[in-house]
Amino acid sequence: MSDTIGSSQLDAVKAPLFREVKKGEVRKHIITLTVRNELGVLARIATLIAGKGYNIEGLSVGETHEKGISRMTLEVIGDDVVIDQVVKQLRKLIDTIKVKDLTDTPHVERELALIKVHTATPRARDEVLRLVEIFRCRVVDVSPETYTIEITGTEDKVNAFIELVKPFGIKEMARTGKIAMKRESTPQEEE
Amino acid sequence: MPRKGADIVIEALKEEGVEIIFGHPGGAIMEVYDALYRDGGIRHILARHEQGAGHMAEGYAKATGKVGVAMSTSGPGATNLVTAIADAYMDSVPVVFITGQVPTHLIGNDAFQEVDIVGITRPITKHNFLVKRIEDLPLILRQAFYIARTGRPGPVLVDIPKDITQKLSDVSIPSLEEVKESLPGYRPHLEGNLQQIRRAVRLIMEAKRPVLYVGGGAVQAEAQKELVELAELMKIPVTTTNMGKGAFPELHPLSLHMLGMHGTYYANMAVYNCDLLIAVGARFDDRVTGKVEEFAPQAKIIHIDIDPASISKNIVVDVPIVGDVKIVLRKLLEEIKREGAKLFFPEERQKWLEQIEAWKKKHPLTYKNSNIVIKPQYVIEQIYEATKGEAIIATGVGQHQMWSAMFYKYSFPRQFINSGGLGTMGFGFPAGIGAKLGRPDKEVFVIDGDGSFMMTMQELITAVQYRVPVKVAIINNGYLGMVRQWQELFYERRYSEVDLSVQPDFVKLAEACGAVGFRAEKPSEVREIIEEALRVQDKPVIMDFHVDREENVLPMVPAGKSYRDMILEDGKKAVEAETMYLVG
Repeated sequence: MSDTIGSSQLDAVKAPLFREVKKGEVRKHIITLTVRNELGVLARIATLIAGKGYNIEGLSVGETHEKGISRMTLEVIGDDVVIDQVVKQLRKLIDTIKVKDLTDTPHVERELALIKVHTATPRARDEVLRLVEIFRCRVVDVSPETYTIEITGTEDKVNAFIELVKPFGIKEMARTGKIAMKRESTPQEEE
Repeated sequence: MPRKGADIVIEALKEEGVEIIFGHPGGAIMEVYDALYRDGGIRHILARHEQGAGHMAEGYAKATGKVGVAMSTSGPGATNLVTAIADAYMDSVPVVFITGQVPTHLIGNDAFQEVDIVGITRPITKHNFLVKRIEDLPLILRQAFYIARTGRPGPVLVDIPKDITQKLSDVSIPSLEEVKESLPGYRPHLEGNLQQIRRAVRLIMEAKRPVLYVGGGAVQAEAQKELVELAELMKIPVTTTNMGKGAFPELHPLSLHMLGMHGTYYANMAVYNCDLLIAVGARFDDRVTGKVEEFAPQAKIIHIDIDPASISKNIVVDVPIVGDVKIVLRKLLEEIKREGAKLFFPEERQKWLEQIEAWKKKHPLTYKNSNIVIKPQYVIEQIYEATKGEAIIATGVGQHQMWSAMFYKYSFPRQFINSGGLGTMGFGFPAGIGAKLGRPDKEVFVIDGDGSFMMTMQELITAVQYRVPVKVAIINNGYLGMVRQWQELFYERRYSEVDLSVQPDFVKLAEACGAVGFRAEKPSEVREIIEEALRVQDKPVIMDFHVDREENVLPMVPAGKSYRDMILEDGKKAVEAETMYLVG
């Protein structure tokens, strides 16, 4: 529990000795939270961010190995000063146990997509299967007209795959938000 | 022993030392009212509107430092509390709000008097709860009090469905240790980082032109002794915010009084020209900073605050210290003394104090008095003299609030009770009732505007019923005065919908309610009726002061402007050249 509000806040508020408003670049930040799985905790977090006038780009939630503790991964766009404030406000919530902005920390991130692609012709079926092979994803449902493909990976990988199957026609698609975790090892080659 | 949920509520409140509840009953909270009746151990004040109950609980909390409690039924009862909840949130007032809710099986069904009050109040509470199981009830209530009063204090709402108050359970009231353990993510940081404190000490010793900027956090922490010691030891002038009034005695020669939009000339000049600003439990509100880029433009900034999210929110600071103001100031003083309390530039520091004296002499807080018409400032000065500066003052929101901030001198924390952050008209009167019930030993004056008073004046009957001898001074100008002032200054006197000259006869109103009413229309009557009011000891008094209708609150920094654009008491602008003291 080294990262509760009590001990981590001092790191969070370390500011340079000379005052200059950091106009950081506006970019996507990945924030992970460990929260008590209480009634309304998701609404509380969403309300807080929306109340500050920021849009949540992505949000995924699931239980952890500890009973009653959930983990969330949030994607919010903003500059560094704004995100610093969002992180501090999230830490203030009674139900949050840990909040971390992983953006500048080496981390692993994944998302999952289910993509239903039109594959009515044998040629299309061949081509799509080849792509599935190359991207190391899986066909999880087959019909005479479609393949449903499951892909996991980084946002870039998922995007690249979607671009490649788009010409065949995407009938339906579902994508999870991102989940992320800090790396314990030194940064290494992805996959 | 199995007992009803409602009885558990009363038991938990008693465990927290609650002596008084402000509230209004209704269907969904009826079981708790029944338990209150059967128990008889807690006093209840029946407000005539839930908003009044909420502000009374706030006034009680602000005056005593204890946690206030307000209670209402579900639906409209709960929504009527919302303004008070938001007000408590903005001013960090520890209040536990208890609301009844429709039975659990009806939640979400648009049942009679149902409203999702937990959803509504999510952004305006420090935390809130919906009790779903009776087994959780005692823990949640104790968590509510613990969260409300610790760290940065604030309002906590507990919404209790009717069936939960009716069910039986033998669950026991948890200990404080259990409460703390049940909140793994909530660990308020009190101590302050020693390395940062040492950096602060160094800056304080090196500064040539320091200023202490003290806010409501110093009042909450009751850090007056430490502040006076620091100011005297290091020769630092002190300005307080509206919420910080009384944290540093205003009769002290180092006091600069209030800063900001309606701050004194000398406080604002000092902040504009300082080279070190030490913010203590203050949050750089826009009413203080004006134009952010030109706020203390030459200064390094130290910020002591219990809430890490307050630091570098509006203004990026150089030395952040997260902790309880009193504890941090003590450590800071220890370090200063260990270093021999030396000043690197004693002569510069002396010159700075002399400059401030010169500013004080040049533009003191003043107004043009009259023999013919009552000046609002004069009324407040007379209240100050008649009460020897010892009264607790509660105000509504508007011109009278600012005059009360300027012309009454505050010597002790919790003496000035007003709605600082939310600016809630109608706050003052019920808050004054709550304050008087919490501090019966003190004279409590409500200085209200006619507009503000009319927003919650139904509580007059509450004050009569419980024989609460608050003294209400209505600064009656027949206008929504502050709006009128802005219209005069910034909208070419287009007085759009601010005329309140059609109003009740406040003296007759007082009499109709069983209170005492006085009216003053000439300056010579002012002191007389204040003295008469002070002699009334068993019921509220309304004093209706008919004042100069178009008097303005000055000085004033227009919203979003720099201190250099300050309009002075004679209507002239602060001269730009004069504000530039020793740059570079």
